[in-house]
Amino acid sequence: MLQAEVEETIKRIQSQKGVQGIIIVNAEGIPIKSTLDNSSTVQYAGNVHQLLMKARGVVRDIDPQNDLTFLRVRSKKNEIMIAPGKEIIQKPKQM
Amino acid sequence: MEIVYVYTKKHSEFGRQCNFSDRPAELHVDILPDISLAANFTVRDPCNVTIQCAEEMSEHEVNTERFESESRGINHVEGGWPKDLNPEDMEATIRYRKKVEKDEHYQNTIMQIAGLMEHCCKQNNATDIYREFFEDEDEEVLEESEEQPSAKTINVFRDPNEVKRTATSLSWHPEGNHKLAVAYSSLEFQRAPNDMSFDSYIWDIENPNKPEMTLRPVSPLVCLEYNPKDSHILVGGSYNGQIAYWDTRKGSQPVEMSTIEHSHRDPVYKVIWLQSKTGTDIFSASTDGQVLWWDIRKMSEPTERLVLDPSKKGNLDNALGVVSLEFETTMPTKFMVGTEQGLVVSCNRKAKTPAEKIVCTYSGHHGPIYALQRNPFFPKNFLTVADWTARIWSEDIKESSIMWTKYHMAHLLDGCWSPVRPSVFFTLKMDGTLDVWDILFKQNDPTLSLKVCDEAMCSIRVQDNGRFLGCGSQLGTTTLLEISAGLCTLQKNEKAMVSEMFERETKREKILEARHREMRLKERSRSEQSREDEGKETDGEESAEELVACAEREFFEIMEAEKKKERNEEKQRDKV
Repeated sequence: MLQAEVEETIKRIQSQKGVQGIIIVNAEGIPIKSTLDNSSTVQYAGNVHQLLMKARGVVRDIDPQNDLTFLRVRSKKNEIMIAPGKEIIQKPKQM
Repeated sequence: MEIVYVYTKKHSEFGRQCNFSDRPAELHVDILPDISLAANFTVRDPCNVTIQCAEEMSEHEVNTERFESESRGINHVEGGWPKDLNPEDMEATIRYRKKVEKDEHYQNTIMQIAGLMEHCCKQNNATDIYREFFEDEDEEVLEESEEQPSAKTINVFRDPNEVKRTATSLSWHPEGNHKLAVAYSSLEFQRAPNDMSFDSYIWDIENPNKPEMTLRPVSPLVCLEYNPKDSHILVGGSYNGQIAYWDTRKGSQPVEMSTIEHSHRDPVYKVIWLQSKTGTDIFSASTDGQVLWWDIRKMSEPTERLVLDPSKKGNLDNALGVVSLEFETTMPTKFMVGTEQGLVVSCNRKAKTPAEKIVCTYSGHHGPIYALQRNPFFPKNFLTVADWTARIWSEDIKESSIMWTKYHMAHLLDGCWSPVRPSVFFTLKMDGTLDVWDILFKQNDPTLSLKVCDEAMCSIRVQDNGRFLGCGSQLGTTTLLEISAGLCTLQKNEKAMVSEMFERETKREKILEARHREMRLKERSRSEQSREDEGKETDGEESAEELVACAEREFFEIMEAEKKKERNEEKQRDKV
């Protein structure tokens, strides 16, 4: 089952050296899964979502064929790594 | 009621052909010209008619009203939960989350980006990609690739009045450098229009549209200085010779003005704050030949007075008019004065008698000395800007300057040293050019020459960081310039090299001076000799002629020798 795989992958990332936590956010900005406490999750989810939208907009603006693959925000104390999911393409309805 | 028009026509007449008939022309109206009317008109010859075969266009200018905008952000905290879900409700949110997790699309996406994320995590762990490698090598590379010296205009402050006045003096705010005080006046003798405003302004650098504060003196200010100890106090010297001081907290009117009887009789060209315990001492100079000391708390009378009479008699009629003052806080008893006549006079404030106050004079300029400043790193050397040159002097050599620029095409109106680099100084010319000189780099020409505006530039002031400078022009436009980093960062060995250069030039001048003295002594002794024995007068002349003939002979001999050498060399070359 794919779900088990997903869980395993998340655990694997979490166990990497230096990783403090993982948050998975959906397209509406709702945190789906998180290994951090609720208040931090909400804070990260809210801020990161906006930043991601903006960054993606910038990349697309400069070259419409281009798209954002990864975003790293390096700060004095730590680094936030953001991987954007692909935008949903609707399956064409078959007539 | 129907409106009906019945139109009857015989059926046989429908489609009947038109019958045209021909008849000769008939004259209906004939209006003959009235010759008497012609008398009201004259013939115009030639007639100018402008014709253009192009689209007609018109030009309009539109200036939109300034729109003040502010950027604000909104922080949206909780995600976009669907409408029917209450985010506070724990169970509902958990249920929603579980539902999303079961979605296939979600799982696929997570697998994808998880792979990407893992890769980056491993990257981070493998090596620190943000560490500064090759730090030591970096420095060397930087030095080689030096940028071209440049300067760019940051802001321009224009005189808001209709009648433009010259920006005669600038002073930076002592703390933070974000304010600039500019004194406006018209220095042309009796040419100031009647409605000229007397105001001077304090500008905030960020806002060039409107001055931050106005200073309203009784007579236009020629010079203006911030008190380096107290940034609220400014002192200004005005065109009518009075000194006034302002407190920016108290408003635009001067807090106190000196009494007219005891003030200068001519415009006060320079006023400088002195280093004192109370921080309230100033001294001022003007073209009436006096240097006056004041305590701003008591402006009714100057505390001390010095008349710049070179014959040391204190005679005001003989006095030299003062156009610039120089004072260095590290040497509080000495000060220097630049005069209208082109002399620099060095004075000692603490001398016992007025005669001793004037220590020595330096001559060499042809016109009034507009700027006089000691080198902030080498106080023994000072810069003077006058007529068409800028000269650097050493205190010990009184006969001439040790270094000087060439004679320019336009008058030099102001100049100053850079406070951070001992080898850099700035000069302003009458054609609106700013020259930046770096004597370690080039002595013949300015390192950077920049045309700031079309009119004459009258005053310059560098900020303490050496990076920004303000220059004021004849039409009251003050320009704020930023110069490139290369011109305001101290190079290594710079101080040593500049001091070496100054010493070398000083030595050269000393040697030249000694030589001149020798020659003068010889001439004197020779002329004395010839006076004693008159018979040998002709001898004296002859000896001069002999010398000339001797020199000629030697010259031709050398020429012949050179020519022979060349011919020999050619022969050798031909042989080979």
